[in-house]
Amino acid sequence: MVRTPLGRVRGLGSARSGTEHFWKQIITSVASIPLTIFFIGLVLSLVGKSWVEATATLGDPAVAILLSLFVATNIEHMRLGLQVVVEDYVHADLPKAVLLMLNTFFSYGLGFSALFAIAKLSFGS
Amino acid sequence: MAETKIGRERPLSPHLQVYRLTLTMAMSIAHRITGVALYFGALLLAVWLVAAATSADAYDTFLWLAASPVGWIVSFGLTFSLLHHAIGGIRHLIWDMSLGLDHPMREWLTFGSLISSVVLTVLIWGVGFALFLRG
Repeated sequence: MVRTPLGRVRGLGSARSGTEHFWKQIITSVASIPLTIFFIGLVLSLVGKSWVEATATLGDPAVAILLSLFVATNIEHMRLGLQVVVEDYVHADLPKAVLLMLNTFFSYGLGFSALFAIAKLSFGS
Repeated sequence: MAETKIGRERPLSPHLQVYRLTLTMAMSIAHRITGVALYFGALLLAVWLVAAATSADAYDTFLWLAASPVGWIVSFGLTFSLLHHAIGGIRHLIWDMSLGLDHPMREWLTFGSLISSVVLTVLIWGVGFALFLRG
């Protein structure tokens, strides 16, 4: 395989950014372990609670921070994950490009909405 | 690979048709399926939070939908998907450190992650269901 000295220095694989993708996926996976444990505990604590009680919990700074980190970490994790799925099964140029774009839009749109909601619960009325 | 065109279909090596379905292979496929399920399940997470940030009515509507038969099924499926995918992910992280790749350790890791994800799902759902009945 032909590797340029610059490519080797930057750690670029044959997929142009493979190493960076892999490392980001590792980091989001590791961060996700304690955050997921927190998330499961949070959801269980909100079962059967009214809106007033739920919003009080979700607006609590410690909860809001951890939940925001959970959302942000997993948005990146899911975006990277589905990117691989698309690349594995879609090979024609246009469908692949469109699906990769939709993946990014969906992931960040969803993430932004969730983070906005958490912010509103913390600062808004 | 950006210049790939679907012109003459070239033959691929057979894979699913020839390999015996082993546990590690099935779990790898399950890891991907649970991942995709969670990808779309994340939408429900966002809807839940946005509903909470919107109004009491919106939140109550969400809870009502979640307590419907379809809601129960989806919730249970997503719980299992989350636990299976997370525990499977830990298994992959262990393998990424080049540990536990030999036989029989890799089978034990795979089997262990499957059993623990099922057990944890049942446990968490037991707790959740009890809380639901009490609340």
